[in-house]
Amino acid sequence: MNMNMNMNKCMSIWIGFYTLLRKEVTRFLRIWSQTLLPPAISVTLYFIIFGHVLGSRVGLMDGYPYLEYIVPGLVMMSIITSAYANVSSSFFSLKFQRSIDEITLSPLPTYAVLLAFVTAGVIRGLLVGSIVTVLALFFTRLNVVHPLFMLLIVVLSAMLFSLAGFLNGLFAKKFDDISIVPTFVLTPLTYLGGVFYSVNLLPDFWHKMSLLNPVLYMVSSFRFSILGVSDINVYVSTLFIIIAVATLFFVNLRLLERGYGIRT
Amino acid sequence: MKALEITDLTKIYKNGVQALDSISFDVREGDFFALLGPNGAGKSTTIGIISSLVTKTSGSVKIFEHDLDKELDAAKRCIGLVPQEFNFNIFETAQQVVVQQAGYYGVPRKIALERSEYYLNKLGILEKKDARVQTLSGGMKRRLMIVRALLHEPRLLILDEPTAGVDIDLRRTLWEFLGELNQKGITIILTTHYLEEAESMCRNIAIIDHGRIIENTSKKILLQKLNSEIFIFYLQKPIKATPILNGFTVNLEDETTLSVEVHKNQQLNDLFNQLTAHNIVVHSMRNKTNRLEELFVKLTSKGSI
Repeated sequence: MNMNMNMNKCMSIWIGFYTLLRKEVTRFLRIWSQTLLPPAISVTLYFIIFGHVLGSRVGLMDGYPYLEYIVPGLVMMSIITSAYANVSSSFFSLKFQRSIDEITLSPLPTYAVLLAFVTAGVIRGLLVGSIVTVLALFFTRLNVVHPLFMLLIVVLSAMLFSLAGFLNGLFAKKFDDISIVPTFVLTPLTYLGGVFYSVNLLPDFWHKMSLLNPVLYMVSSFRFSILGVSDINVYVSTLFIIIAVATLFFVNLRLLERGYGIRT
Repeated sequence: MKALEITDLTKIYKNGVQALDSISFDVREGDFFALLGPNGAGKSTTIGIISSLVTKTSGSVKIFEHDLDKELDAAKRCIGLVPQEFNFNIFETAQQVVVQQAGYYGVPRKIALERSEYYLNKLGILEKKDARVQTLSGGMKRRLMIVRALLHEPRLLILDEPTAGVDIDLRRTLWEFLGELNQKGITIILTTHYLEEAESMCRNIAIIDHGRIIENTSKKILLQKLNSEIFIFYLQKPIKATPILNGFTVNLEDETTLSVEVHKNQQLNDLFNQLTAHNIVVHSMRNKTNRLEELFVKLTSKGSI
């Protein structure tokens, strides 16, 4: 009897989770020209300008042609910005239209709600990452040295930035609030996170400062998975990402349970 | 069984406004219950707390004996809410909106689709199932919110001003539909500004004012508290002067319309006898306002009943 009840409850939660995930994925696919196309265009421009036009003058970076060196960073940049934007804008839109009440009213557990939003962010991140990777193949060759590790880092990084986007969505009170963080925090961190250069080239002080940048750990690990070279210890960076994911997950969960930003 | 049991419920918002001041009331299973009160009285806050959209400051709420603090999941499954304000994702289609809501309650998609077709058809908006919500009229959106609240088959349906901004025909259709639901055993709680409808539909009524329950009883007992009613008489022939009718307060509205206040201890027969004696022929008559409205105004303006 109890086992049946538990099974029914699990099934009910799964249906709720899947419904929300499906809604979120359908949303970003429906507006593909706003969600999938822009990163493809901007990264192609990066490939042309930084890789093709300027790259030949830069020479080798860590023993690799410049374009080949920056591809992992650009792919990772696309993944994390897409994952972040997906969750922050979608969640805030629900709050803005009050359709978040549909979820708050329902018996769907908070962890299932959070997981559905994060999974949708990860799926968009992976989709954008795949598109950008395919585009990169038109400009350079890519031999993935550690494919499983690459998948792990991509998923963990997309999770981390989906969770960060969710936090932004929870705190945001107006649309400006969800563009401030990407513009003034995320973009500078990404550009200074070793996407276009090796942090080992920086003077000691700036090298140490760079180690405080979480994006560096993701870019370096991702580059390691593809090229086999990294600015920092990959075990340290993987551990850093896992701890950050766990911390943000529990912070978001706690805020969601308290109804922060969604209940009065 | 009690469908709803509220005990000493208090809500103080962060800005210090006390919306509810230790209110208590029950709603029996199968009841058609009205929660009435002027704007800002605390109706929506009460409904918000019951449906867990608003956090209470203190007190307890039980839905079919499930305490919100202890069995929130079970309590939520019993409730369907039709809020006052439209709260859709306007970019989704009508059917998407209702099927998704059912999904959050664990209703399998196939069943949710079948139910959505039934209820959308029942409320006359099936042909709009693939239309984006933003293209629907106000009345259609209102009906869609009712469908959305029903798809997980709640035992308690709560409607916050369900007919606000809805034309007369549609309002009647909605009331008939709600009557059918109530006949099937669904407990209904509603707030409305159309007191005439509350009077015709509801069996029990609570009146809330300034965050306190000032009346909570059956409609019959409540209406017995009215000391007088005003009747409007439409006359066959025009008259020039206000007739003097013994014991009645009379007002000549225009040459063919009289309004007369009739107290509980007076009889209409007596009134008609006096009118006949004055050679006044009545063509038709009606209540000046509905009785509940008169009572409501008196109660909430702290006048005597």
